[in-house]
Amino acid sequence: MILPWLLFLPFIGGLLCWQAERAGVAPRPIRWIALLTMVAVLVLSLWLWVTGDYQLGTTVGSEPDWQLQFRLPWIDRFGITFHLALDGLSLIMVALTGFLGVLAVLCSWQEIDTRIGFFHLNLLWIIGGVVGVFLAIDLFLFFFFWEMMLVPMYFLIALWGHSSQGKSPVHAAIKFFIYTQASGLLMLVSILGLVFVHYSQTGTFTFDYSVLREAPISGVFSWVLMLGFFIAFAVKLPVVPLHGWLPDAHAQAPTAGSVDLAGILLKTAAYGMLRFALPLFPETSQAFAPFAMALGLIGIFYGAVLAFAQSDMKRLIACSSISHMGFVLIGIYSGTVLALQGVIVQMVAHAFSAAGLFILSGQIYERLKTRDMRELGGLFGRMGALPGFALAFVVASLGMPGTGNFIGEFLILFGAFSVVPWVVVIASIGLVLAAVYSLYLMHRVYWGPPASETSLGGLDTREYLMMLLVLGLSLLLGFYPQLVLDVSHAAMSEVNHWFVASTSSPLSS
Amino acid sequence: MNLLPLVALFPLIGAVVLSFRPRMPDRLAAVFGVGSVGLAALVTAILDLIWLSGAREGVVQQLWQWVSVNDFRMGFTLYLDGLSLTMLNVITGVGFLIHLFASWYMREDLEGGPGYARFFAYMNLFVFSMILLVLGNNLLLLYLGWEGVGLCSYLLIGYYYKTEANAWAAFKAFIVTRVGDVFLAIGMFILFVTFHTLDIQTLLERAPQVWAEGDLMVELAALMLLGGAVGKSAQLPLQTWLADAMAGPTPVSALIHAATMVTAGVYLIARTHTIFELAPFVLELVGVIGMLTLLLAGVTALAQTDIKRVLAYSTMSQIGYMFLALGVQAWDAAIFHLMIHAFFKALLFLASGSVIIACHHEQNIFRMGGLWRTLKLPYACFLVGGAALSALPLVTAGFYSKDEILWLAFDHGHIWLWLGGLIGAFLTSVYTFRMIFIAFHGEEKTHPHAGHGIAHHLPLIVLLVLSTFVGAMISQPLGNVLPEVEGNFGHGVQLTLEVLSSIVAIVGIGVAAAFFLGQRRAITALAESPKGRQTWHFLYSACGFDWLYDRLFVRPWLFIARLHRRDWINALVDLWPGLALACNGLLSTTQSGRLRWYAGVFIAGGTLMLATLMLG
Repeated sequence: MILPWLLFLPFIGGLLCWQAERAGVAPRPIRWIALLTMVAVLVLSLWLWVTGDYQLGTTVGSEPDWQLQFRLPWIDRFGITFHLALDGLSLIMVALTGFLGVLAVLCSWQEIDTRIGFFHLNLLWIIGGVVGVFLAIDLFLFFFFWEMMLVPMYFLIALWGHSSQGKSPVHAAIKFFIYTQASGLLMLVSILGLVFVHYSQTGTFTFDYSVLREAPISGVFSWVLMLGFFIAFAVKLPVVPLHGWLPDAHAQAPTAGSVDLAGILLKTAAYGMLRFALPLFPETSQAFAPFAMALGLIGIFYGAVLAFAQSDMKRLIACSSISHMGFVLIGIYSGTVLALQGVIVQMVAHAFSAAGLFILSGQIYERLKTRDMRELGGLFGRMGALPGFALAFVVASLGMPGTGNFIGEFLILFGAFSVVPWVVVIASIGLVLAAVYSLYLMHRVYWGPPASETSLGGLDTREYLMMLLVLGLSLLLGFYPQLVLDVSHAAMSEVNHWFVASTSSPLSS
Repeated sequence: MNLLPLVALFPLIGAVVLSFRPRMPDRLAAVFGVGSVGLAALVTAILDLIWLSGAREGVVQQLWQWVSVNDFRMGFTLYLDGLSLTMLNVITGVGFLIHLFASWYMREDLEGGPGYARFFAYMNLFVFSMILLVLGNNLLLLYLGWEGVGLCSYLLIGYYYKTEANAWAAFKAFIVTRVGDVFLAIGMFILFVTFHTLDIQTLLERAPQVWAEGDLMVELAALMLLGGAVGKSAQLPLQTWLADAMAGPTPVSALIHAATMVTAGVYLIARTHTIFELAPFVLELVGVIGMLTLLLAGVTALAQTDIKRVLAYSTMSQIGYMFLALGVQAWDAAIFHLMIHAFFKALLFLASGSVIIACHHEQNIFRMGGLWRTLKLPYACFLVGGAALSALPLVTAGFYSKDEILWLAFDHGHIWLWLGGLIGAFLTSVYTFRMIFIAFHGEEKTHPHAGHGIAHHLPLIVLLVLSTFVGAMISQPLGNVLPEVEGNFGHGVQLTLEVLSSIVAIVGIGVAAAFFLGQRRAITALAESPKGRQTWHFLYSACGFDWLYDRLFVRPWLFIARLHRRDWINALVDLWPGLALACNGLLSTTQSGRLRWYAGVFIAGGTLMLATLMLG
């Protein structure tokens, strides 16, 4: 019963916040309701982390190795069930979601002061939707949550966003919505296609993951279906050339929105690839891998160039996400256990570093009312501990050893090198570019002659502790990544099993 | 050997405490900053004693399992053998002296403003990273230290962040060395794919079993490692960052950009020497790079006016000697020169720091002059350090280490490298004594105030003593970590060569005295001629490498970035809404509400349909 609780807690908490506002409750208790809800989700997932056993099962891949399941009949006619399940992969993602949820609530503590109840309704419903995506194992249910998380995100950007470069937040919100909605439609078509193929072969309707995974599809049709999934996930990841929504959405979203976007919404895409695109279509994915990796390379370089060319601090960080996710894409499609494990670490680590940078740029905005780097500079000595934290997160984002980002990137590169050495060699150049744009941020915001010597106010206790926690986790991940690796190992071995099994079968037959 | 982790732990604690309490009083910050390195040096001394009395075998100590995925198993494991113990001594010993001096320097240095604790936090973090670099048992841990020292170097070069130029110098240093780091990373990928381990000792053991001498893969792996080494050690073609790195406080230049970090490349190659021995082509390349760099840096140093830049180029050139030594498989000699160089170069840098403070932040040697009267101790330091740098025979430490290299180069049959080294030795004594004669002799141009206090004197005096033949008497605990190669010649040839290079060094000083002592008429006339001015400019700008890289890399990159200020792929996608709007506009004009228009279109349509029907 713990899974539905994990899922519904945010929804309930969000409704409570909203209703509390309508009943005229003061802002502070509303924030506390939201915070406690998120803490509850986090604690629940950590409890699962501590008590569960995610070691590698004896046989890989024969039957999905779920730690927990929850199943209710839903729409029997079409074989749709309310089926939640949890393994190491989903647990890591859910715990990350819980943590970033806590951060998102905390960093909105002062930033958001209008319609607080409705804001937290949206915020918590995004979290709820994301948790649903990570837990749903029935394809229809997965699609349901996939679409569901977009709506509150839309409102979050449209209603509480900032205007930037002459564009209203509504513009960014609509762009975000259309991109993801259109790609979601492709995924729906693919899901239905998959179900009908299975129906035509066996005569039963089912949306169940483990059943569909066994359905043999090949030929052109499997390409079409696989691409439907891939494009849906590629928009979210984002993969160049489908990244257009990301810089706008980030630049205009409130800090909490950016934290959620970069921290977890992007990760749903990688999760989707690992959970669905690869295991459902192993052979076509294998054949598609060179293209996917090429896209990853393009993403690394294009994202880096874009990031360097930005003048808005938040857009720079957003574009750097494109570059980082290029590594993730290469890791996923190289398919070795080592690279897949790296993908997991990279996702978690990037969530920390990007969240840290977004929160800090939000705090600079609160103090200076600008994020335009042409107007900033020399802030290092003027903001207490803030620049120190910024330095730490910038350094993390360029993949300094000792932070989780290093472990993630290097496991990906080590893992992929045995499969595609040249791709890895080219991708490694991205490490230099990451240093270029990351330090460029440092240079333009914090170094240089200060405009004046007056202090702009350091971090208060809430902000300080928040940053310290994120930084601490990032370092913990860098020095002891086994915490994550042990949990995800079984799940990643399974993905690898599906992926690699597909290459060995044509050879043997 | 449970003491081993403590060496790294003390500086780490120092760094953490100092970065979380940046506003602590200066005195307390100095206690933490200097004390932590002092404790590390103390522990190293104990380790030395244990080593001398003990078995002198390599010790492996795993602290925890760092990463473990299937066969990718990396421990957070320390390894102590003769080589790492030697390095540890240099890092903590020289490091402690420099920290002590820095506690004086940074207090005198008003330019820095508040930030005493910040300075020592970076410095401690640097020492921590450097210790991990030399103690790392696997390449991944070495890489952690490797990148860590790069970061600290970046932070310390840009320590005076309020000046744009300093921040850019730091930026440049980080990016250029990062290019080298990527090569090192690729080298690690190759090694891991081949051996399924990055454990250095295992690699060295198994490399000869898997690879034959001269295999393409081993040449490639060695080349990649060399790429990393070249970046960190500022050798051709990644040497451009070191001179700009002098923007940092002078103790930083002494510790990082002279004594320790820049020698990391030498350490790396010595540590993985088996791989290089299997790759004769790359090993030859190491020597050639060393020779070219030492010559290039030597002629460049001749034209510099900034006292720190002269020293920076001399550092480059001395590391060139170490690379040359590695290239001719004079492994022990390379490490010996590394240690001796750490002594005298730290001495020279600290003394120059003392001079710079004394002259009110003047760094141009042509605006100093006649300093020997007032700055007795720095003058003595410069004389002894400069003599060691020029390898004056018998009395200086540099003589013993550098001549060893030249002799072994000759002995192992690399005549050209030997000749290059000999020319370099001549250049060295010319530019060194040019600097000393210009700065300390001639007419007085400023009114210096001499530094005082134990934190100022003690490090200088200790390093001064170590730069004489006393330093050369330290026997390194290298044991049999590094192999020895049989030579071709006997003792008589060695003696002849030593005499020859001694003469070269002394002649160099004579040339410097002839040109730069006194009125300097000859050299002024030479420099004023058009050809002379061109040459001077070419040398002053370090033979145009900055210019070249600016054209090759920086400008194209900026151009591409400017091109993409508008995200073109996104702009292309954004055409869709425009298209939709255009169609919308087109169609809505048809809905004009005028009956005449509707009737006309109706008839036109009808006619068109009838016509198609009839024709079809």
